[in-house]
Amino acid sequence: MKNSINNAFKIAKKENRPALISYTVCGDNTKEKSLQILNSISKDLDIAEWGIPHNCPTADGKDIQNSSYRALQNGIRLNDIFKLVKRFKKLKPSKPMILMGYYQMIFNYGDKKFIQKCKESGVDGLIVVDLSFPDNKNFAKLCKKNSICFVQLIAPTTTLKRIKEIIKYSHEMIYMISTISTTGSALKYSAKRIIKNYNVIKKIKPSKNVVIGFGITEKTISNLRSADGLVVGSTICREITRSLKDRQNPVTNVGRLVRKLKNKIL
Amino acid sequence: MIKLKKKTPLIDQHDKFGFYGNKFGGNYCAETMRKPIEDLSKLFEKLRKDRKFLKKRDHYFKHYLGGETPFFKLENLTRHLGGAQIWCKDVSAINGDAHKAYHATVNALICKESGKRYIAGDTGAGMFGKNLAMAAKKMNLKCKIFMGTKDISRQAPNVKFMRDAGAEVVPVDSGSKTLVDAVSECMRHYVSNCDNTHLAVGSAIGCNIFLKICAWSTSQISRELKKQLIKEFGEIPKLKLINVIGGGSSALGFWNEFIDYDKKHVELVGVEAKYAAPLSTNAKVAILHGAAQYCLTNKEGQIADTHSLSAGLDYPGSSPLHGLLKDTGRARYTSASDKEALAAFKLITKLEDIRPSLEPAHAWSECIRLAPKLKKSDVLVVNNCGKGYKDKKIYIEQLGYYPK
Ligand SMILES: Cc1ncc(COP(=O)(O)O)c(C=O)c1O
Repeated sequence: MKNSINNAFKIAKKENRPALISYTVCGDNTKEKSLQILNSISKDLDIAEWGIPHNCPTADGKDIQNSSYRALQNGIRLNDIFKLVKRFKKLKPSKPMILMGYYQMIFNYGDKKFIQKCKESGVDGLIVVDLSFPDNKNFAKLCKKNSICFVQLIAPTTTLKRIKEIIKYSHEMIYMISTISTTGSALKYSAKRIIKNYNVIKKIKPSKNVVIGFGITEKTISNLRSADGLVVGSTICREITRSLKDRQNPVTNVGRLVRKLKNKIL
Repeated sequence: MIKLKKKTPLIDQHDKFGFYGNKFGGNYCAETMRKPIEDLSKLFEKLRKDRKFLKKRDHYFKHYLGGETPFFKLENLTRHLGGAQIWCKDVSAINGDAHKAYHATVNALICKESGKRYIAGDTGAGMFGKNLAMAAKKMNLKCKIFMGTKDISRQAPNVKFMRDAGAEVVPVDSGSKTLVDAVSECMRHYVSNCDNTHLAVGSAIGCNIFLKICAWSTSQISRELKKQLIKEFGEIPKLKLINVIGGGSSALGFWNEFIDYDKKHVELVGVEAKYAAPLSTNAKVAILHGAAQYCLTNKEGQIADTHSLSAGLDYPGSSPLHGLLKDTGRARYTSASDKEALAAFKLITKLEDIRPSLEPAHAWSECIRLAPKLKKSDVLVVNNCGKGYKDKKIYIEQLGYYPK
């Protein structure tokens, strides 16, 4: 299963489309439900991202905050998350799984112990929202040693000099934040401008898989399809919220939504 | 054990990653914020050496905030407690009613210098919010204040001030609906608007640059106090400087000029609210609002709930600089309960003419505990950092009256 992240991008490339990456919160709205949701959408996904809920999320918009809140209300703990990842990987052994969270949750658990647990459970990559470059150098190294991809982030505010350095220290996947924003707000720039920023990164090191995330919806996804990968998070979380509110099954609704998203980039 | 560096301002004792004592602080923030905070750091380092800017700051402190705040002995309280001499540095006499005026004003000045037209800040007790709103109005900036809905209702007089000054008060209804959530929401607002908005963090917390700007601004208090002490005593006498700790901005300002003194000469005593007391309860180091600090968490690492009658103290974290002062043994930290703070307010206002808000009432409580055990030659100075009017309703509910 080594380098399953790289492999996922290769498959998408072969099919001449961007990799589709989902972001949902582990434990939203219950442990079992979140696993069912992921399991049901994974046929349309190339990579799955699971959020580790934290109660002081300083970079998340309302939709993901709601999802995290529900998961925490239902008592999700880190050890539950590792168990759920293990079960997911048993169901879908070839589907790469990336965990995304805030550093406090990792720091509290202990860096080494956390990464060890990730490895044991089959986590392929990590995104730590508030552990940015260069403060993340040691942590990234530790990930690498354990064959876990540490995903560096690049934002619209990142200077060219910094972009170059970040790329130098990056692993097989880089996450480009589309707009100056928390997760879940509308795109502030045109697709053209976002792709232009994306191309700046790609040109520096074409071999890196660069994904675009934040603010991608059913409406905007097709305009960004020239990217290596696209992450859809808040749109999915919002659908879970809506389903729960309308007393519908989030598993079927999210399944339908992800299918639609996939069709737009085929 | 970590050591403090002599002759280096406390705020500058960090490494290139923003860590104090290899342990506290840092810049745990989203990538989007990195460039804006780097720009802000550069601007601040330039401005603090810029004579013209310092002159402007001093001008505002003097003419807009009303200049030096008074320092006087509380004769009645001293006599009543029968031990140490008790002195009051009455920061609440400032225009703006609390030390937050210094750092709100400095933030507005920096915002102006940066060319940004929008300023955003968090507030719990409403003191920072009110002062930021007033400074923004004065300097023609558009101001947004983030405040928990629980605090909006318990600190209503300050909310009115903010709105009257033309600021938009953004209610924060998530989590515990208090300061911790207001700070999170304000940071999220900054992440989304950092291209045109200056972030003014309400205490000495947050990423490195924010706590530096804050403690640099409030240190006006100890610059004045040092002069006032020498004027009264002809020297710096054997002292205890007692200050309440929420995030820790007033204490850092009150203590800044005295850090290099031996603790047997000038002792620094911080007083937290009993159920929001990370420094005095051996809380773990955690990452909150961009920095590593002593912070109340649960076993899973989630940020814990706090409880205090005082909105300004109802916060699970503490300034990274207080972590440094604690670990180096330079300051000691204790706490006071709601009840003890109320009892202190009762006694102080019966005997003296000052009307502290709930926050400094906690410091007064520690002063009342300590004074009888000390000698006449011992000097206790309390930073009376906020005016009580904002808590009038709470005092009436709790005590049945609010003194004239
Ligand atoms: C008068 C007063 N004192 C103290 C505080 C607590 O904050 P800090 O510890 O940063 O001074 C506040 C907060 O609003 C306050 O209004």
